[in-house]
Amino acid sequence: MKKKLTSQKFVYWIFLTPALLAFVMTIVIPFVIGVYYSFTNWTGMKVTEFVGFDNYIEVLGDSSFKYALVLTIIFSVLSVITINVVAFGLATLVTQKLRGVNFFRAAYFLPNLIGGLILGYIWQFLFNGVMYDLFSYSPLSNANSALFAIIFVLTWQYAGYIMMIYVTALLNIPEDILEASRIDGANRINQLIYIKLPMLASAFTITLFLTLVNSFKQFDVIFSLTNGGPSRELASGAVVNSTNTLAVDIYQRAFQLKDMQVAQAEAVIFFILLTVLSLIQVRVTKNKEVEA
Amino acid sequence: MSKKMSKTILFIAMTVLLILWITPIFLVVSNSLKEYQEVVNSKAALPTAPISQGITNFQAILANENLNFVNSFLNSIIITVASLVSLTVVGAMAAWVLVRTKTKSSAIIFMVFVASMVIPFQAVMLPLVSWFASVSRFTGIALTRSYTGIILAYTGFGSAMTIFMYHGFIKSIPYELEEAARIDGCNQYQIFLRIILPILKPITITLLILNGIWIWNDFLLPLVLLGQGNAIQTLPLGISFFIGSFVKQWELIMMCLILSIIPVIILFILGQKHIIRGMVGGAVK
Repeated sequence: MKKKLTSQKFVYWIFLTPALLAFVMTIVIPFVIGVYYSFTNWTGMKVTEFVGFDNYIEVLGDSSFKYALVLTIIFSVLSVITINVVAFGLATLVTQKLRGVNFFRAAYFLPNLIGGLILGYIWQFLFNGVMYDLFSYSPLSNANSALFAIIFVLTWQYAGYIMMIYVTALLNIPEDILEASRIDGANRINQLIYIKLPMLASAFTITLFLTLVNSFKQFDVIFSLTNGGPSRELASGAVVNSTNTLAVDIYQRAFQLKDMQVAQAEAVIFFILLTVLSLIQVRVTKNKEVEA
Repeated sequence: MSKKMSKTILFIAMTVLLILWITPIFLVVSNSLKEYQEVVNSKAALPTAPISQGITNFQAILANENLNFVNSFLNSIIITVASLVSLTVVGAMAAWVLVRTKTKSSAIIFMVFVASMVIPFQAVMLPLVSWFASVSRFTGIALTRSYTGIILAYTGFGSAMTIFMYHGFIKSIPYELEEAARIDGCNQYQIFLRIILPILKPITITLLILNGIWIWNDFLLPLVLLGQGNAIQTLPLGISFFIGSFVKQWELIMMCLILSIIPVIILFILGQKHIIRGMVGGAVK
């Protein structure tokens, strides 16, 4: 009996070790030393001095960071709204009883399979090339319209994916409930407001969270579409990259300005913001479950 | 309004949207089949000699030394396939023992994996590179600019999600199945290989799709770990290097974008149902 137990323990660790090793090597250790580096004068190569909160004070006072923080919030809120409205509209269309809806679903879903980097380049060509040729105007040349161009591209990419989640949820609504309401005299709009929307509550939690996190962390599309540009002069006189979200700002600070220790402090702040977002999300979901 | 008419209106609405959705891809294809001067003259016009010019552009892409398309393409395949194999095997093994061994350490380890999912890549990206570089210096095993390093990194970054999904699935497999096999004389390894792995097939397909699309399209990790201009380039890296450093020859850029999308589109047409179900199911869990 004892021999069997030890061999079971042996198997346990044999099976677990590869995953743990990869996980510790790529996430746990870099995360811990990353937090440590953010309190030092790390140059990317070596550390000579502990500097306390200096890096955090520097990044929090930096106009490029403050701008990126505000922009990330505005950008995330706008794209969450746009993506979900478009996705819900598409989902309502492709759940009608029509021939060929499967084909339409697949077509709207397709842009998701293309990587964000490639998508950004495609749309750079469409805006700066095709659109400029036709109308002598490209939205990417102006700070305000560049932001909307990014949201447009993200919606084009992501709405088909979110649509599929809504489609699954809409198809799960029992037909007899809709039938009963129809007999009671409810029209399509009544059905939407009083039956479909409440029954989609859990789907909304998922889609809102997915779109929020996706927008908040977005890097690839912005990198290849605008690379942060064009520049914008703030009221304070500081010049910033107008489409630099936090994710892009961290990258540029580290690899273009070579300001590693400050970029790492910014990355830790970014992590804290995302954790807070996720905790709020868990809270909201739990509350919903209690109600249901 | 008659039923037939409302159906027609719906159909028209969907078709208009479809055209909106597909036009960008159509324009990319059409411009990839033009000559340089044709693109300069008009980007909206149709190509005059699509087939012959398409072949010329295709050859120009293959011959371009800065892009090194064939090499990047093969590297992307090697890295994606090897990472998927590693991630699947390692993840399934870990999830199985974590479910079946009900101890405090199992619960804690699982919790840590799940909690790690909130860590954004940006928070570990900078120290990861310097840490991998120092490990390479001490052990002699190259982890930066190498296959080993990036496959290890994908296994690490994908492990939490993979274990989480396998964990949920394995919980639903009746334990009696394993007991019966044990009575029949199977040891732990045989139970895993012969009983558990075959049962995991549906969730494995879902995970292969989810992780495969992520790794194939990923840009930031290869950028920091392999670096631009290195001999080992993934397709997104090669493309960004090609586009970033030269005069905009749109027709060639469009050709290389199309070439990088085609494999994904073929896969999508072949396994459409699986892919949609996999990607949506994965997110909902």
